[in-house]
Amino acid sequence: MKESAILQCDDVTVEFDGFKAVQGMNLKLEKGELRFLIGPNGAGKTTMLDVICGKVKPSAGRVTFDGKVDITRKKEHQIAELGIGRKFQAPSIFPSMTVAENLEISMRQKRTVFATLFAKMAAEERERIEHQLTMIGLQDKTAWRAGGLSHGEKQWLEIGMMLLQEPEILLLDEPVAGMTDKETEKTGELLHQIARKRSIVVVEHDMEFVRNFASKVTVMHEGRLLKEGSMDEVQRDDRVAEVYLGKRRDADVSRSTA
Amino acid sequence: MEVYLLQLFNGLSISSILLLVALGLAITFGLMKVINMAHGELIMIGAYSTYLTQNLFNDYLPESMFDWYFVLAVPASFVIAFIFGLILEMSLIRFLYGRPLDSLLATWGVGLVLQQLARSIFGAPNVAVTSPSWLDGGMKIMDGTLLPYKRLFIIALVIACLVSMYFYIYRSHEGRRMRAVMQNRDMAACLGVSTRRVDAMTFAIGSGIAGVAGCALTLLGPIGPSLGTYYIVDAFMVVVLGGVGKLVGTVLGATGIGMFNTLFEYWTNASLGKVLVFVCIVAFLQWKPMGLVAMRTRSLD
Amino acid sequence: MRLQKLTPQRLWILLGYTAAAAALFSAPLFVSDFRLNLLAKFLAFAIVALGLDLIWGYTGILSLGHGIFFGLGAYAMAMYLKLEASGGKPPDFMGWSGLKELPLFWQPFQHFGFAVVMGIAIPALLALVLGYFTFRNRIRGVYFTILTQALVIITTTLLVGQQAFTGGTNGVTGYSSLLGFSLGSPDTKRALYLITVVVLISIFVLCRFVIGSRFGKVLRAIRDGENRVRFIGYNPATYQMVVFTLSAAIAGLAGMLFVLHVGIISPSMLGIVPSIEMVLWVAIGGRGTLIGAALGAILMNWAKSEFSTAYPEGWLFFMGALFVVVVVFMPKGVAGLVGQLKFRRKRREPEHERVRNPAV
Repeated sequence: MKESAILQCDDVTVEFDGFKAVQGMNLKLEKGELRFLIGPNGAGKTTMLDVICGKVKPSAGRVTFDGKVDITRKKEHQIAELGIGRKFQAPSIFPSMTVAENLEISMRQKRTVFATLFAKMAAEERERIEHQLTMIGLQDKTAWRAGGLSHGEKQWLEIGMMLLQEPEILLLDEPVAGMTDKETEKTGELLHQIARKRSIVVVEHDMEFVRNFASKVTVMHEGRLLKEGSMDEVQRDDRVAEVYLGKRRDADVSRSTA
Repeated sequence: MEVYLLQLFNGLSISSILLLVALGLAITFGLMKVINMAHGELIMIGAYSTYLTQNLFNDYLPESMFDWYFVLAVPASFVIAFIFGLILEMSLIRFLYGRPLDSLLATWGVGLVLQQLARSIFGAPNVAVTSPSWLDGGMKIMDGTLLPYKRLFIIALVIACLVSMYFYIYRSHEGRRMRAVMQNRDMAACLGVSTRRVDAMTFAIGSGIAGVAGCALTLLGPIGPSLGTYYIVDAFMVVVLGGVGKLVGTVLGATGIGMFNTLFEYWTNASLGKVLVFVCIVAFLQWKPMGLVAMRTRSLD
Repeated sequence: MRLQKLTPQRLWILLGYTAAAAALFSAPLFVSDFRLNLLAKFLAFAIVALGLDLIWGYTGILSLGHGIFFGLGAYAMAMYLKLEASGGKPPDFMGWSGLKELPLFWQPFQHFGFAVVMGIAIPALLALVLGYFTFRNRIRGVYFTILTQALVIITTTLLVGQQAFTGGTNGVTGYSSLLGFSLGSPDTKRALYLITVVVLISIFVLCRFVIGSRFGKVLRAIRDGENRVRFIGYNPATYQMVVFTLSAAIAGLAGMLFVLHVGIISPSMLGIVPSIEMVLWVAIGGRGTLIGAALGAILMNWAKSEFSTAYPEGWLFFMGALFVVVVVFMPKGVAGLVGQLKFRRKRREPEHERVRNPAV
């Protein structure tokens, strides 16, 4: 095992009542890598993210973090503490709290009851939050209840929350869904910027976005690994073309390959 | 030997009563996610309906007909509780979908009003309902072991309710619509199912079954305005233990609680027995937090 | 302590609190002894309401079992008072049940300090145990609520059933003195009232501290989306356990004060109905605001003592209807209503938000 692999999934299988959503999937993520995970609907992409962040326990296989910890035995909050952050498909923020409060509790810190009970906002922490607010463009809305933000703003807030968490690996499920072209571009640039220090896995349907920003792409199909490589390699691959164009003729295809 | 047999029968009998009380909840709580604390009062309404039917027979029909009042009382309690349920759903419950804890509090308030209403109409003291003579006595299976007909009747009634519910939910058009709405409301609405109608019907049926349970309870002793409160928490425990969404779970939950209750009470005493049952339920939930039979779906986190 | 800017609004609030505290402290000067005793009882209830608001209003956990925690505190104090009245001999009800010796677990309750500690520790421990076995397994929402209600049923059954040890349905009553001070004397009553005021204010400050801290923000985050909190790296179970235990301890403390004011505790005072009534106080006053919860408890109990004796039937109708009205039309209680009038914010939108996207 190479030291540089920050995340390694071996033969991961996930079953839901007999239905295998993921079957013997392998995935290896290097440090500082920006990886795109694509595939038709039902390919098991989101389930794969669920496995990595601990939401779903695989029925077989191992997921190794940083070459030593098997995280399939850990609970969600332990995995998050290890340094794996997750952004969900539907923006999930805390609607009754203000934008600033959302960021404050997400920020990397000691998370025990005792620590939070007596935590005081340090100047350095305040600065980090303010910096993050500017970055996600919500500096004028700090005191807003997060529930009142627009869809796109919620997406940004969630990204901001995850960044303040300072995870080693960021798992993003369709981060640009519901964003305008300009916002999409901004997100892509941001991802590249982040990938200098951290590793990122992005599940995405927007092929335009993938083409513009992907370095390496993993294609999943029916719970299995279909193809891995650069975007060009993947696009030339016959099996990938078949999966996207041949068998599936539903509306989803036109969207996915647009 | 006889002792064990008798205890087994007792356990079965308690289970059947629990099941009858919990069946309605399995629908309103299990399928609709509404915590109807007024369920106990719907049971009470069923019991008083039986009481009223008995009085009507007493007052207006020849004495030879009296024994048949119970045959009419069962559907009568169902219908009256059904109507109450329908009114409750249309006036209150429909504002509370998706807010289970709020529905709990609001329906508790409704229960309080209904109890007080019963007290104002029928008086606070318990009233007795004379069981029909054909349910007196029991089946003698061996010396000293008598299985009372009343208890056997309740077991039969539960089975009848279960079978008809099964056919309604899984084998009828109405039932299919009901399952569709409960599983994916928006989708069902898009496909042209009137979710409002289905909600109202489902809740009313659950209430109607509570009425039947109340009717059955009149066989076991006098009834009063607070009749339902004795059963409501036990009934909820049955649904929690059994798991939500499937009838099988409710049956198993009721059987489990009924049997263990009898067993523990036989070993210790009534109050300690209840404590032990509660501890067992909590312990069991450690192993299966979603109850005995849980529907596992991806969306359910 | 953080230094906050003293905006005019803050100043008014601060003035309001000071005025309220001053009014409470000076009440013995103008209120009759009888009314003062009633008020003391209401203040004890207000303390429970504060604890209940911590878990329900801020964390989103509905407990219908607070009557038990309240009652356990009350029983602990009652045991001490009973033993002081009987001079350490087995109390009267034990004799009626044929118990000659004082049971072992009663004996340490001869000491006031022990009784006070137990009055807080026992409810806290019970809550911790129940919380540990439920929150850890993500048994929550209505399931948890139903379990707390079952806890009420079995505890009351146990209290009634074990008559020789608990006094059964009659409960524990017939006290004479507390640490040598006669409970009947107006001076003692006044002192007890003042102690209750001090405890109420301390608990209020404690709760303010808890919800103002980052811990409190995590609690609110748990209310909004328990699963999302997990993926940030907090273990919600620990937080829920801690706050539930704290809330139970507060209820136990209130129970002890209640017994001192009322002079009796019996299973009917901690059963299903009183437990859910406590929730009603918080609902009416406004869940999620401490002052609302406390005022709700005081007002509801004042109304109850005014009307329930004169119109017992009407009162129950009224209470039932109130439940429905408050839950359906004013989910934020009176405090929320005041807030609405002030800001005229659109209420529906965030409410929907929470239902549709329960985070994850």
